[in-house]
Amino acid sequence: MKGSKLPIACDADNRLEVVLPDNVHPTSISRTVRLGTERLRRLYPIVILAIVLLLVIPAALEPFRLGLVGKYLCFAFCAVGLVLAWGYGGILSLGQGIFFGLGSYIMAMYMKLEATSADPAAAVFGAGGPPVPDFMTWNSVDTLPWWWAPFEHVWFALPAIVLLPSAAAFALAYAIFRKRIGGIYFSIVTMALASIFVLVIIGQQGYTGGTNGITNLPTFLGYSVQSDQAVYTLYYVSAGLLILTILAGTFVLKSRLGKVLIAIRDQEDRVRFSGYDPAMFKAVIFAIAAAFSAVGGALFTLQLGFASPSISGIAPSIEMVIYTAVGGRLSLIGSVYGALLIGGAKSLFSEQFTNGWMYFMGALFIVIPMFLRTGLAGLVSLVSHKKVRAS
Amino acid sequence: MTKTRRDFIKTSLAVAVASAMPAGLLSSTSFAAASDPVKVGILHSLTGSIAIAEVGVADAEKLAIEEINAAGGVLGRQIEVVQEDGASDNPVFAEKAQKLLVSDKVAAVFGCYTSASRKAVLPVFERYKGLLYYPTHDEGLEFSNNIMYTGADAVQSAIPAIQWLAENKGKTFFLIGSDFIYPRTTNRIARPTIAKLGGTVVGEDYFPLGSTEFSSVINKIKAAKPDAILSTIVGDSNVSFYKQLNSAGITGDNQAILALAVSEEEAIGIGRENLVGVHSCMGYFQSIDSPENQKFVAAFKARYGADRVLGDTMAAAYASVFLWKLAVEKAGSFDVPQVVAASSNLEYTAPEGQVRLHASNHRLWKHARIGKFKPDGQIDILFESPLIEPNPFPKL
Amino acid sequence: MSVDMLLSQIFNGLSLFTILALMAIGLAIVFGLMGVINMAHGELMAMGAYMTYLTSVIFSRWLPGVMGASFLVGIVVAFLTTAAFGLLLETVMIRHLYKRPLDTLLATWGVSLILQQVFRQVFGPINVSVPTASWLQGAWSPMPGLDLPLARVFIIALTLAVALGVYLFLFKSRWGLRIRSVMQNRAMAGAAGINTARVDAVTFAVGCGLAGVAGSALTMIASTGPATGQQYIVDAFIVVVFGGVESLIGTFVSAFMIGQMQSLFEMPFSGSMAKAAILLLVIVALYFRPSGLFSIKVRR
Repeated sequence: MKGSKLPIACDADNRLEVVLPDNVHPTSISRTVRLGTERLRRLYPIVILAIVLLLVIPAALEPFRLGLVGKYLCFAFCAVGLVLAWGYGGILSLGQGIFFGLGSYIMAMYMKLEATSADPAAAVFGAGGPPVPDFMTWNSVDTLPWWWAPFEHVWFALPAIVLLPSAAAFALAYAIFRKRIGGIYFSIVTMALASIFVLVIIGQQGYTGGTNGITNLPTFLGYSVQSDQAVYTLYYVSAGLLILTILAGTFVLKSRLGKVLIAIRDQEDRVRFSGYDPAMFKAVIFAIAAAFSAVGGALFTLQLGFASPSISGIAPSIEMVIYTAVGGRLSLIGSVYGALLIGGAKSLFSEQFTNGWMYFMGALFIVIPMFLRTGLAGLVSLVSHKKVRAS
Repeated sequence: MTKTRRDFIKTSLAVAVASAMPAGLLSSTSFAAASDPVKVGILHSLTGSIAIAEVGVADAEKLAIEEINAAGGVLGRQIEVVQEDGASDNPVFAEKAQKLLVSDKVAAVFGCYTSASRKAVLPVFERYKGLLYYPTHDEGLEFSNNIMYTGADAVQSAIPAIQWLAENKGKTFFLIGSDFIYPRTTNRIARPTIAKLGGTVVGEDYFPLGSTEFSSVINKIKAAKPDAILSTIVGDSNVSFYKQLNSAGITGDNQAILALAVSEEEAIGIGRENLVGVHSCMGYFQSIDSPENQKFVAAFKARYGADRVLGDTMAAAYASVFLWKLAVEKAGSFDVPQVVAASSNLEYTAPEGQVRLHASNHRLWKHARIGKFKPDGQIDILFESPLIEPNPFPKL
Repeated sequence: MSVDMLLSQIFNGLSLFTILALMAIGLAIVFGLMGVINMAHGELMAMGAYMTYLTSVIFSRWLPGVMGASFLVGIVVAFLTTAAFGLLLETVMIRHLYKRPLDTLLATWGVSLILQQVFRQVFGPINVSVPTASWLQGAWSPMPGLDLPLARVFIIALTLAVALGVYLFLFKSRWGLRIRSVMQNRAMAGAAGINTARVDAVTFAVGCGLAGVAGSALTMIASTGPATGQQYIVDAFIVVVFGGVESLIGTFVSAFMIGQMQSLFEMPFSGSMAKAAILLLVIVALYFRPSGLFSIKVRR
């Protein structure tokens, strides 16, 4: 197999500019590592992650803490997506919260309709007719809007979680990149879109639940999502899906798409002159990142028991970027650790000293971009390179 | 620090008791269990956009707990506070509620301010059989066996306010509010109430939370010339709304304006001079002239500073703690179902006057009071209703 | 709609325009001329607002006789403080990130989080409000039915003054000449003996100082809290991007258009949806004119 033989967790040196072309071996490493062990070595990080997520964490934590980790994992989906879009595609999206929110709301719509049909005694103002979700009747919406209706079916809602956000992301990104708007402008446009998304959700509360979000979602497919049993089930589902997501991401990066993407990030014009359409590649990777975020969002609703607009705004969207930055913007696996670390730190910090938390978070945003651009993964690879060279 | 001091007192007490007792009687297990402090949670936003309103509420709750502790605690046990920050973010509220119930095993939680945060924690309280005292006046439309709603509902605020305005100011109304569920449902209840009184609604408009631009709606108000403006604008937006209203020549003196969500505490941030003559409808005003209230106001100012001001939600939060204490004592237990059962028809003389928990709907029989802001930011009370029965699901 | 309604609606749009322009002008200098994405711009505005508040508190305590002047002094204090902070920020942080705009974005977001928490601890979580100076209270009525609030008239005047000041500074002063030459061709300017690092620092500081002035002016129409800055940041960026990042004129034109649109949209729509509709319109407009209304050259 041709292509770079770098371990997944440390795809590049700590200088981001260095990218290895398709047909050139990363000489500095392959010289020091024998080929047989190298293939194995490449599997270490993902195996370790799987052991940590599936064995160590569930064994070590009580259900309540495990439930929290399950929620951090949801954000890890966004972080993994951002590694693809930002780390490899050079597209810094400040609007991943939109897709996370879309996934979260689609899941909530399905669960709300399930809850409503299970308990039709919701019509407070005595509207009559088919049951509509309680928050709609509070807002004078007395018949179910047409675009809500299909989400009653699980076979529609589940595919929609992935397809709707990624289609929206693709259309948006392709339109923008085709106009050769990129870099900072894309970041600002996505930021503005995140702010619009939240404004619309809050403004259209008859259809979306407004600031309350969509609340009171006790079951999914008839199973309660609010028991200790459910905490374990949902945790394993999230962790398993996350590992599959990382494998999918690895596959994408190994594929031609990944190679072209890196080339676009570093020299977009040269790629264009070679006959590729960079807009298409960038839009595809952005759509993939959006789909990942949406899956995370849907799992978040399942674990939280409601959907809230507060996870879609500018601040959470930018926070997702810092998860990726802490983990290492070039490391799919590192970004998971980043999300776990920040999520855990946030919970513990805010339990101990509220004021310290904001300073800590702010400092992370400053320190990582300034001094540690490759994040945790960069640190790990620095250490392991030294070891390898020493041996 | 308080903890170590308390520990010190505890140990010294134990030593004193031990030395006073014959050695054989000192099988201290039951004694220790009974004198262990009982934990309660306080869950409010200390950071983020809603912290403005919630910090004072948490202060009032802590004051009540300190007073109870000073008077000997509940069932002979001191109360230990575990405070968490909801960070103005609903998922965080849910997380912290779970932490309080699961990790700290608190007997009750006093907390939440917005309806959104209450709805976020509701499933958590039902799942872990916790007990939440929610102090804000709200839109109703909700009942949970695990929540006590100690603020006013629409029947106890919007409806008396509209009736009073229609009687005293005129029958055309302009409804303006922040864009979320409380203003929307309040106005949904307001419209039929106005119609029943023979009045008309000449305008209805909503603005995102935190909006600072109201000049267009002020033009609409000028064109509509309503007899009364009924405002459900919440939080910081009020500052801009009243400042801009005043500089456009509309003031509390030449236009009847009634705010359903502006307490005296918020008046400081809005700027007292902008609110002169504006009406407010609440269950509690700091200017209520009763011994209970004077004691409450004095204690609060002594604890937190003479410049601090009290509002309706803070008074309801303070009363919540005492309502819990009374219910625990009536039940003789901290067990949530027993406390809930004992709460039915429980009476208490709160700073706002005599209140009574409803037999079944977990809300308070309350007075509605209407008053007018004075230049010092305090309220000149013009009207006080008899006790009104709470009804979170009004038939209209 | 009657004539006076229409006129006052146009005036509202004008007032909104000047507020937006004031918010955006500092950003236009920092982002447009230097290419630095300063996510802490909103917090710098809040800093200016807090400084104005502090000044008014100091005046009311020690100089109640000249309370009327406190607001004017507050504007100057706000400018100086935020400019000084900007200078510090540039030296410590921004300077090292010039070639990496996306990293600047993240790092300045960190600064904004820290500033918010500092505001919360220093000034408390509760919003503060600056009392309106007596000479700015009330309204001016050029015709019956048309009341133009003096505070807004003042903001319009202030914006014009700031615009004039920026124009003179950039196009008529030695510093402006240096700034423009560095922005046009850094290497050549350096070769010609201009201390480019110092020019960067001064430009950034001036941009930040203007944010402070904007924050100061906003105290007349809104209160100030720790999270105030967050409300303005998107608006400010959208104005600058829509106007064309390299053009100060563009910033003014785009602020004018957005202000008028918002004020007109708010008549038929509710406030929330008007705002969402305008942001969306701007994004669509950007799609057709990616480099904004006024662009010198196509940027990528």
